[in-house]
Amino acid sequence: MNKKFLNKLFEKLIEGVITLSGGITSLAVILIVIFLFKEGFGLFGRSTLQDDMVLAVNKSNPLSRIKAANVKAIFDQDVTNWKQIGGKNDSIIIVRIEDIPNYFKESQLGANFENLAPCINHLTDSLSGVILFVPKKYITSSFKGKVLPEEKVGLVDFFTGKEWYPTAVPDSRFGVLPLILGTLWVSFGAILFALPLGLAVAIYLAEIADSRIRRMLKPLIELLSGIPSVIYGFFGLVVLVPLIQSIFNLPVGETALAGSIILGIMALPTIITIAEDAMRTTPRAMKEASLALGATRWQTIYRIVIPYSISGITAAAILGIGRAIGETMAVLMVTGNAGVMPHTFLQPIRTIPATIAAELGESAQGGIHYQALFVLGCVLFVLTLLINLGVEYVSSKRKI
Amino acid sequence: MAKIETRDVNLYYGDFHALKDISMKMEENTVTALIGPSGCGKSTYLRLFNRMNDLIDNVKIEGEVLVDDEDIYRKGLNVDELRIKVGMVFQKPNPFPKSVFENVAYGLRVNGIKDKHVIEETVVSSLKHAALWDEVRDKLHKSAFELSGGQQQRLCIARALAISPSIVLMDEPASALDPISTAKIEELIHDLKKDYTIVIVTHNMQQAGRVSDFTGFFYMGELIEFGRTVDIFTSPKKHQTENYITGRFG
Amino acid sequence: MSFQVVKNIDRRKRRSEKFAFGLFRALSIFVVGILFVILGFIVMKGASAISWKFLTTMPSEGMTGGGIYPAIIGTFCLIGGSVVFSFPIGVLAAIYMNEYASKGFLVSFIRMMTNNLAGIPSIVFGLFGISLFVNTLNFGDSILAGSLTLGLLTLPVIIRTTEEALKAVDDSFRNGSYALGATKLQTIRRVVLPIAYPNIITGLILSIGRISGETAPILFIVAYFTTKLPKSIYDQVMALPYHLYVLATSGTDMEKQRPIAYGTALVLIMIVLVINLMANALRRYFSNKVKMN
Repeated sequence: MNKKFLNKLFEKLIEGVITLSGGITSLAVILIVIFLFKEGFGLFGRSTLQDDMVLAVNKSNPLSRIKAANVKAIFDQDVTNWKQIGGKNDSIIIVRIEDIPNYFKESQLGANFENLAPCINHLTDSLSGVILFVPKKYITSSFKGKVLPEEKVGLVDFFTGKEWYPTAVPDSRFGVLPLILGTLWVSFGAILFALPLGLAVAIYLAEIADSRIRRMLKPLIELLSGIPSVIYGFFGLVVLVPLIQSIFNLPVGETALAGSIILGIMALPTIITIAEDAMRTTPRAMKEASLALGATRWQTIYRIVIPYSISGITAAAILGIGRAIGETMAVLMVTGNAGVMPHTFLQPIRTIPATIAAELGESAQGGIHYQALFVLGCVLFVLTLLINLGVEYVSSKRKI
Repeated sequence: MAKIETRDVNLYYGDFHALKDISMKMEENTVTALIGPSGCGKSTYLRLFNRMNDLIDNVKIEGEVLVDDEDIYRKGLNVDELRIKVGMVFQKPNPFPKSVFENVAYGLRVNGIKDKHVIEETVVSSLKHAALWDEVRDKLHKSAFELSGGQQQRLCIARALAISPSIVLMDEPASALDPISTAKIEELIHDLKKDYTIVIVTHNMQQAGRVSDFTGFFYMGELIEFGRTVDIFTSPKKHQTENYITGRFG
Repeated sequence: MSFQVVKNIDRRKRRSEKFAFGLFRALSIFVVGILFVILGFIVMKGASAISWKFLTTMPSEGMTGGGIYPAIIGTFCLIGGSVVFSFPIGVLAAIYMNEYASKGFLVSFIRMMTNNLAGIPSIVFGLFGISLFVNTLNFGDSILAGSLTLGLLTLPVIIRTTEEALKAVDDSFRNGSYALGATKLQTIRRVVLPIAYPNIITGLILSIGRISGETAPILFIVAYFTTKLPKSIYDQVMALPYHLYVLATSGTDMEKQRPIAYGTALVLIMIVLVINLMANALRRYFSNKVKMN
């Protein structure tokens, strides 16, 4: 009696564990969302200036604030006169903390730089064209210059900005447009050649090849999807990249084209498998009816099989794009990772995943750069979510 | 001259001997019914005449199959040309996922006919021929799947007629339909006899009796008996035929 | 009655079929050709680098010499760690989905979430792993954090293949068991799982293949370079795919690193190949066995 009760209890317990396990994927997705957004959320509204640093100008300078983009231009010395950014006609003098000793004698600064603050104060006051970039602690209450308000990371700027310089000094620039476009550009190129190729193979496997050949080819296609992406990247790096460089006579072979080709190869198994499965659902009776009317097998394929399985084929294409968008290592290794707006396939390009992979290791935990990378992760997550929803929509909408 | 003739035909699916030494002749403008229990080979036999069995792996065919005195299994024969001559209607209605019009026009289009007037005329006359025109004249451009099962089957018949075959094969064309639709199909078969040679596989004894001129009884891959339908049904010569027809097995 | 007889037999359609089929066959051969080119290239270049010493010694001279022993050990540690976590949970989740959950909103929601999880790019798993396992739970850059991240990544694969395997078990087996008075759990344990397990195992083996090759999720967790072997799950390890990445793209002397990189790539490919072959052989073996029964 007692044993029976224990058995029953045990059974209930196991069933409880099974039920809990059922929720694991939902829990994982929710946790991923929470942690991505938690880490990334703080980015917006945060100052783009390095922590504990300050930008200041002479008090006679009419500008009350300088846009982050202009700050970068000034410090890159693309802008050398205040007039260029709407100020008075006066050449710009950049003063970083390490420049201070050029203006003062060692005795004035003090042996241990104990007089640094007054010196900075004096310098700012005496140079009308100065822009000062120093640690906050040297700005005392008697400071005679004008401290510029900090520029914040804005949502719109983030998504429409064309410059991604996360570690630029003094103001980091977070414009993800080139990264998003780079990702889409490379994926678009990949699908452009993988889709026709994948469909051709899917048609061959589903409708043309006899079962013996099919049984031989299927495991090979599976193997193609089993090869680690870092191997694809490595192969691309040592074979494809030099090839592209010499064919097109380019300074570097690491290009969007290399990325697209490698990604296309990687997306092939996905496209082939899903499209083939879709085509195989075409009822035999429908194909027979077509053949019985004197249609050739090829006519039957493109007039009956493909229209019938078009939703599955669409799903295959979308999933192929999804695979390409999310791929990291191969792209990281062959695309050259230049964060510029894409114009051709023969230029280096940088994608979102590659950016995260390349930069997360160097960013300080909790820092603005770190947060920006997590926001990129959120963007990637949303992109793939849209792709998944798209697939669900397409496959639920079987037209007949 | 027989329209269709087979001489000592044997067919194997791998090791399975599905048809055994079948010899038979079918005259022009007649309806021949093939009857017998499931798995007796009657559908397989029917599919010889438009070479539908070619689609299955591992099939081996021996003997001669003649259509209009021409061996249709000879090397170099164009199967799609044969299939234009030999139309087929299947067991379940299997319209294409296209409009009513496009279903009927399909056979014309795949055979390279582009003239709009020819296509339109042929579609209309085929639908009339299949006694479907009055029911679908307002929904020619609706999906074929919106038609009822019986209408779909007549659409499939119209589709087969559109490429002007001289032979129409019917593989249990009414087995998936209700009695009223079945009656319509049977009536249609009767009308079509004037223009076509029809071979029909059926499960239904009464149907065979109603629509056919000749009947062949198949059992375990063999042709047990073949003759005029009246004779088969009233005075069968073989014991098995009699048992089957009177409903003692099958 | 006779209506217009249309007997225009178009011979072009046969030519176009010939052309299309020829093209598709050629393209299929081309795709398989790509596979063999990649495999062949790595095998040819890597074969000379591989030796017993290469597999069993530490890297030396700033990765321009020596072997890849710690990377191999590290990869197996990560495989072991993630397997321990993801296999049981994945199989249980699949059992829940296929055997317990009643059809309806909940199941379609869970299925949607599983699909979504499967679609999330691996680098996002990497971000998540850093945020949750490394920083929040304070596991640090360790085998534990890496294994959990990789395990999570393979969960959808395991759940999906297990579900397929369970679905393939005919309901008549279940009903037969219930008819004998067995409880649901007994039925699952004694009837369903024994029938489904070959396919479940095949799925599990394939997921190991996936784990062994993934780089992006553990990019920030595994070691760039270490000559210490791990002593506990809180130690950091090297991993083959990341090691290959490092050898290929950074380091002190690219020229000297190349042969080592080829060797590492070959070892990685061999692992994946062996796993795939094993899964295929198993699948074939069991399907033959089922046929014989």
